Amino acid sequence: MNMKWLEDWFEKIEPKGKWSWLGSTYEAFHTFAFTPKTVTKSGSHIRDAVDMKRSIIIVVIALIPALLFGMWNIGYQTAMSTGADWHWLYMWWFGFLRMLPLIVVSYVVGLGIEFAFAQYRHHEVNEGYLATGLLIPMIVPVTTPLWQVALAVAFAVIIGKEVFGGSGMNFLNPALVARAFLFFAYPTHMSGDKVWIAADLWGSDAIAGATPMGELAAGTNPSASALDMLIGTVPGSTCETSVIAIALGAFLLLFTGIASWRIMLSVFVGGGAMGLLFNAIGANAYMELPFYYHFLMGGFAFGAVFMATDPVTAAQTNSGKWIYGLLIGAFAVLLRVCNPAYPEGMMLSILFMNCMAPLIDHCVVARNIKARESRLSRASRATRKEAHNG
Amino acid sequence: MKNFDLIKLPFSKENPILVQVLGVCSCLAVTAQLKPAVVMALSVTVVVVLANVIVSLLRNTIPPRIRIIVQLVVVSTLVVLVDQVLKAYVYDVSKQLSVFVGLIITNCIVMGRLEAFAMVQKPWASFLDGLGNGIGYSVILIVLGFVRELFGSGTLWGYPVMEKLGLYSIGYENNGLMIMPPMALILVGLIIWWHRSKNKDLCE
Repeated sequence: MNMKWLEDWFEKIEPKGKWSWLGSTYEAFHTFAFTPKTVTKSGSHIRDAVDMKRSIIIVVIALIPALLFGMWNIGYQTAMSTGADWHWLYMWWFGFLRMLPLIVVSYVVGLGIEFAFAQYRHHEVNEGYLATGLLIPMIVPVTTPLWQVALAVAFAVIIGKEVFGGSGMNFLNPALVARAFLFFAYPTHMSGDKVWIAADLWGSDAIAGATPMGELAAGTNPSASALDMLIGTVPGSTCETSVIAIALGAFLLLFTGIASWRIMLSVFVGGGAMGLLFNAIGANAYMELPFYYHFLMGGFAFGAVFMATDPVTAAQTNSGKWIYGLLIGAFAVLLRVCNPAYPEGMMLSILFMNCMAPLIDHCVVARNIKARESRLSRASRATRKEAHNG
Repeated sequence: MKNFDLIKLPFSKENPILVQVLGVCSCLAVTAQLKPAVVMALSVTVVVVLANVIVSLLRNTIPPRIRIIVQLVVVSTLVVLVDQVLKAYVYDVSKQLSVFVGLIITNCIVMGRLEAFAMVQKPWASFLDGLGNGIGYSVILIVLGFVRELFGSGTLWGYPVMEKLGLYSIGYENNGLMIMPPMALILVGLIIWWHRSKNKDLCE
């Protein structure tokens, strides 16, 4: 397809003179459509097809199965609760209409703030928010009021990201900052059993219906079977319920190498080990829960695949990634089972380990330096001895 | 240093909370509501002013090796007095502030001013310095108390502002994060951000 007309149009509208303060907004849209005009021409540098824009777009694509399933599940849950006899397509359409305002609010507010900061500070608009903006509506209950979403997004982008210097400089995952803000600021909309199922197409009324973890926190066994939770036909945050849909995204992320397999695997290993440990103790019904239930319930899978693997906030060293992932999984299960105040531990566990990631990396690097030092001194001693003998 | 600067500098460019980052503990702990914040601000101001004046009067008679103990005795006496006055006249606030009145003794602003200023300056200058630092501390506490009570509880000095404005009926809700200490820290951070952007010479 000939895109010359678009390029010409971009040439024509390039801001000059008194409009030059709009430069970074122009730049953002231009590089969104075309490759950048200025590229490095000489010197040695690695050329790779994957840049930030592409990796972010791949994350967005990886989110689509979970998003589509989540939309259907919103309609399905409402239909189940009201006893309505809906076609599956209508269920999806219902969920689509419920999700759309959340997504639009998240993108408009978040990108608005991003663009404003980029203009004000004269730096480029980063693409990071394209993924964050989609993640935020996917991890909140469907009945969350829009103004609260807007506030949480503003908080996450400003306090979670821009004060540290924008994308790539944040130490906490911005999407989880938004969720944590909602969780602590408006707890009645984020937990309990009156938030997960939308009562009707418009409005924020909800039908009572507990999530599997809500039921466990209340001291009863989950009414949904493991298979239901695997497929995702249970109440929960909009798009976190289906482990199968999340797994599809995970395959894409792993296949393209965008997400670290070490982190993803170690989160599950850590969570499973903690679950088995609780099985061994077995003091109450929650502890006796089969360990794999923890993978299927709540946001564990979603967090492990899309949140813990955020390359900016995760540990950077390979052995650090193992420690980071293991502890995320272990803490998430620990919080779930032992702290009745927080039914879901995944969010807090990832945020906590986000804070610890630089420390983990520091220890790994320091240990490596020490190991190499001792290897070096051993080697030099050996050569000296050889020289002496020879 | 001009006398006016003694009041002006701690208010802005040498603000104990924003620039020296002292006294942050009480600033996060007591500002969930406006009333205790104001009472705390007044108490600290009274203590730091009086302690400054007393220590400045005594400064030539205090042996350097035991000066901290002498300062502590002066401060604790004043704090106990303040505590008794609060218990007598505003008992409910005194209960709300609980240990934090007693902890004024360890408030770094008080000890800091005594060590850095009152030990080497005349009483009148020490009085102004104490007043300036007290005001600098108070302003931040009152701003925090105002914002946190308004958005966290929807009231101001116990008066239900948000309810009278009719915001609840259109779906507004109080922000639970505002009444938690972490949000106070974030708010202090935001004020520092704004303050530094106005005073570029403070940026490292």
